[in-house]
Amino acid sequence: MSGAKEGAELRLVTPGEAIGASSGVRAGTGTLIMGDNIIATKVGWVKENNGVTSVDPIHSAYMPRSGDLVIGIVESVRNNLWFADVNGPFNGLLPMSLAPWKVEFGAARQHMDIGDIMLARVQEVDEAHNIVLTMKGVGLRRLKEGIMSEISMNHISRLRGDADSTLRELKEVSDCRIIVGENGRVWVDGDSDGIAFMRTVIDLVRNEGHMATFSASLGALIEDRRNA
Amino acid sequence: MGGYGDVKLLRDDGLRLDGRKVDEMREVKVEAGILPAADGSAWVKHGLNVAVCAVYGPMEAHPRKIQRQDRAVIDVRYNMAPFSTSDRIRPGYNRRSREISKVTAEALESVVLVERYPRSKIRVEIEILAAEAGTRCVGITAAAVALADAGIPMRDLIVGVASGKIEDTVVLDLDKAEDNYGQADLPMGILPTTGEIAFLQMDGDLSVEEYNTCMEYNLKAAREIHELMVDALKRRYNEKNGGEA
Repeated sequence: MSGAKEGAELRLVTPGEAIGASSGVRAGTGTLIMGDNIIATKVGWVKENNGVTSVDPIHSAYMPRSGDLVIGIVESVRNNLWFADVNGPFNGLLPMSLAPWKVEFGAARQHMDIGDIMLARVQEVDEAHNIVLTMKGVGLRRLKEGIMSEISMNHISRLRGDADSTLRELKEVSDCRIIVGENGRVWVDGDSDGIAFMRTVIDLVRNEGHMATFSASLGALIEDRRNA
Repeated sequence: MGGYGDVKLLRDDGLRLDGRKVDEMREVKVEAGILPAADGSAWVKHGLNVAVCAVYGPMEAHPRKIQRQDRAVIDVRYNMAPFSTSDRIRPGYNRRSREISKVTAEALESVVLVERYPRSKIRVEIEILAAEAGTRCVGITAAAVALADAGIPMRDLIVGVASGKIEDTVVLDLDKAEDNYGQADLPMGILPTTGEIAFLQMDGDLSVEEYNTCMEYNLKAAREIHELMVDALKRRYNEKNGGEA
C-alpha cells in the first residue's frame, strides 16, 4: 500500500493523468483505459507488475472483501442479528447463526450490545455491498478489554511491516496482544505501560506514516523501549 | 444582466477595469487537504472568491429513498457564508444555492466513477467564504480537488471556469462589476485532459462567434487551473513524504 517508501522512480499521478499507452498492458486498480491511453483515477503512485499497471492510492476508504479480518463496533441489535460498523460505507450484518454462541431468539443483546467491539471476519460481500460477518472461526470473539484506535487504510502495511515483522517486534517489546484489522482498526491489550507505548506508536503511524523518515522514528521508539 | 449599457467596463487602452487583458484570468491559488476531519478537502482562491470544500464518504445513503442500486449518489451542498458578500446573506438554503448544488452534483457525477459504489452516497460540502462573481465555478474546482484528495476514483479533475461578454467584447473570467453590468456570462465545467464539457450554463446572449471565443478562452483557462490543481495535490503528498519523489 504505502508506496511512499522507496526511491525516486515512483511517480505520483492525479485523476485523469495519462500513465502510458494502453496497448500491451492491463489496467489494474486505480486506473482506467480511455482510448489509447491508460489513465489514473486516483491520486497515488504508479505501480507496474507483470504487465498490470495500477495506481496505489494515497488515500482510500475501506472496501470490505470476503475473508478480511475486521474489528467492528455494534451499532444496532435486532432479535436475531447484529449490525456492526466496520469502518466501511455500509454496516456489516452478523446473523445469529454465525455468532459463536447459542443465542435464543430475542436474546442477542445479552451477548453483545450496542457499542461493544467484536473481532469478526467478512464472510461475504455481494455486488450491492451487503456485508455479512462471521464470528465462527479461531480467535474471533467479542473484545471485552483493551483499547481500540483507528489508523488510515494506507498505514496498515507500515504498522505490520514486511510479513508482519514490525508487528511481531511491537508485540514483543510492548508485551501486548495486538490485532490489526483489515479495516484500519487496531486493538491493543496488555498492561497499562505497554498500552501507553502502543498509543505512542499508533500516534506516530497516524502523523508520520506517510513520511520516508517513519521507519527510523519507529526504530528509535522501539530501541528506547528496549533500553528502558 | 444587460440594461446597464452606460456602465463603462473597458478602459480606453483596451484593458479591463482591474487592469487585466481580455483573455487574462484572475489569480488562482489551490490547496488540498486543509480540513483534518474530512476524508478529503480543498481550499481555492480565485480572484477575491474563496471556497472551501469538504468531502465525506462513500457512506451508506440516507434517507433510503435516495439510494441507487447501481451507483453512488453525490450529495452536494453549495452554501454561501452570511459574511461572503457586503449584503449579508440569510443563512440556509435558498433557490439559488439549491440550483447550484444540483448542477454541481450533475457535473461531478459525470467525472466520478459512481458505478463503483452502489447504494452509497458521497457528501460534498462547498462553502463560499468570500464571493466576487463566479462562485459556482470556484465551487466545482474546489470539489474536484477535495474528491481527489478523498481518494474517490474519477475520470478527470473537472475545472470550473467562466467567460462572458462586456461592451460587446468577449472576456475571460468576469469579476463582480463585469458580471453585474456585463451582457453575458458562460460558466463551464471542463475536463481538461479530454476537453469534454460536463457543465454549461449561459446567462445573456452570445452569437456563435462570441460563443466560440468564450469556449476557446475557457479551455485555455481550464488547462491553467488544472495545472494548479495537480500541483496542489502533488505538493500535499510530497510534503507529507518529507519532500521525496
